[in-house]
Amino acid sequence: MSNPISYAFKKAKSEKRPALLTYTVAGDSSKKQSLEILKSISEEVDILEIGVPHNTPVADGSQIQTSSYRAIKNGIKVNDIFKIVKNFKKFDENKPVILMGYYNMIFQYGENKFLRKCKISGVNGLIVVDLPWPENKKFANKCKRKSIFFIQLLSPTTTKKRLKKIINDSHEMIYFISMLSTTGGKLKVSSKEILSNYDKIKKINSKKNVVIGFGITEKTIKSLKKADGLVVGSAICKEITSSIKKRQNPVTNVYNVVNRLKNKIK
Amino acid sequence: MKLKKGIPVIDQGDKLGFWGGKFGGNFVPETLKKPIEDLEILFNKLKKDKKFVNERDKYFKNWVGSPTRFIKLENLTKHVGGAQIWSKVVSDANGGAHKIYNATVHCLLAKRSGKKIICGDTGAGYAGKMLSMAAKKFGLKCKIFMGAKDIQRQQPNVKAMKKNGAEVVPVYSGSQTLVDAVSECMRYWVANCDKVAMCVGSTVGPAVFVRICGWSTSQISRELKIQLINEFGSVPKKLKLYNCVGGGSSSFGFWNEFMDYDKKQCEFIGVEAGGPAKSKKHAAPLTYGSKIGILHGAAQYVNQNTDGQIEETESISAGLDYPGISPLHCFLKDTKRARYTAASDEEALRAYKLVTKFEKLRPSLEPSHAFSVAIAESKKLSKDTIVVVNSCGDAYKDRGILRQRLGKKYV
Repeated sequence: MSNPISYAFKKAKSEKRPALLTYTVAGDSSKKQSLEILKSISEEVDILEIGVPHNTPVADGSQIQTSSYRAIKNGIKVNDIFKIVKNFKKFDENKPVILMGYYNMIFQYGENKFLRKCKISGVNGLIVVDLPWPENKKFANKCKRKSIFFIQLLSPTTTKKRLKKIINDSHEMIYFISMLSTTGGKLKVSSKEILSNYDKIKKINSKKNVVIGFGITEKTIKSLKKADGLVVGSAICKEITSSIKKRQNPVTNVYNVVNRLKNKIK
Repeated sequence: MKLKKGIPVIDQGDKLGFWGGKFGGNFVPETLKKPIEDLEILFNKLKKDKKFVNERDKYFKNWVGSPTRFIKLENLTKHVGGAQIWSKVVSDANGGAHKIYNATVHCLLAKRSGKKIICGDTGAGYAGKMLSMAAKKFGLKCKIFMGAKDIQRQQPNVKAMKKNGAEVVPVYSGSQTLVDAVSECMRYWVANCDKVAMCVGSTVGPAVFVRICGWSTSQISRELKIQLINEFGSVPKKLKLYNCVGGGSSSFGFWNEFMDYDKKQCEFIGVEAGGPAKSKKHAAPLTYGSKIGILHGAAQYVNQNTDGQIEETESISAGLDYPGISPLHCFLKDTKRARYTAASDEEALRAYKLVTKFEKLRPSLEPSHAFSVAIAESKKLSKDTIVVVNSCGDAYKDRGILRQRLGKKYV
């Protein structure tokens, strides 16, 4: 049985565009609303990344931190996140869903139990920000056995030797961090430089689907169109925060942002 | 799980940086893998390099001021009426606390790596103050991350940092204390690791930082061992070493040279911050049996909820106000080499009052926790037992809190 993530990339390729991946934090700003957001953006997005909020996120900038703290304050628990995924899949069963978070949440839940729950609720992939290679080898294999993609991260600081090893151990999708930054940082390097690093990865294995994330906004997304996929996270979290401030509806506002992002890469 | 003899504890981790197969490691974002590996290679090379070690010792001696005093607390001993109570006055060190050792070594490493900026976290402000001093000494630009709550309660150290030319960045996220300062500092490093060196202020963080810090603060026990032999002719038959434990840098340094002694001869007692007597919150993960979790890149016992969210701590002492604990101490606990207990805010204050009443010594709130337990236990110990308390910080920084809690007389 093939993973819907692979199908999403195939579909985007057939439409000659990068796959659009969005990141929203589960339970932001409430359990109910985060599900509504997922449902509303689903038709525009190829793969949905759902953040598992953690209160000491060492790789996240202020936008995602704000969303995470808000979700935790509103009572989100790991089990609620699985419920959100399950309910979303009832609405759109073929849309791939990736959970993204920090290892302690999985560790406390128990790796095996966490993966079983992923399988039951319809999670297709996992990104664990602070479980790098080679520390992640064992867990990545467990994911593979459950047909869940473990998505390896690569960064501009990853050495060539390391790149090869990680790519070799990776599943079908790889996440390339565009620059030295936490999430939501301003794009401080040129898209040319990012794409040249991207090419290096594709050269090692062109079959892997490589997505680029960090610093991608409505302004920058077009310049990176050539990638297999592009991830927008902080820009969306920021929209939720500003909608709440302005007492507007985050669901429609986020939809509009995502819609504009999609139009830029069509 | 076993502690090996003849191998420094900092070097007893496995290939992936785990002590006892489960504490420590490198739970870091991919971006930090390379700078951490670079630092590991540099540190492993330099710690074997005689020239570098000599350079370190030269600065420790002439700049930090080594050795710090080892004194008998005659009046306190008489008052308590049990074991002999001694103190290693580490607060004699330049800057007034043990944090100077780690800061000095990190700046020396940064110089060797060619980096011109160094960033660091701080709780009580000592780690930040010392890093700002060392950075100034070695011509590095310095950026210190500090929780907004701690900035408020540790003003003297904040002023000192600024005077040394450091930029103090207030951290408003979460509980606005040390845990958030460390997170923010790591984030800053993630975004600037090509140009900036990072100093983690205690024996916490990714494995290499635990090792560097432990290697640096071990100066304390190197000095103490010589001082004990000078005083008693040999390491005493009944020796008890009391130290407060927050992240765990001073206690590890205070114990390291005595690691291979039998614990019947040389016992280690770590005192964590129990928090206010009436509060359920504390900063004592070892004493109160917190579960293993991952915090700031390392697996350790850490205060957390069942979901894995890190819990807020509470302590009168900013330096101990941390939900986790060094992987080294987790290892020492599980191998039963050290014993851990906690003292409450009130107990620490009472100990501070007692020590300052009888002695010309002004331990900060952190070592006051250790004094509290040392005094209580000394009562029941024989007169030939040598109790040594590491007075690892000076109370100058706490004068705002002391005035408020104990009155003007005690400032």
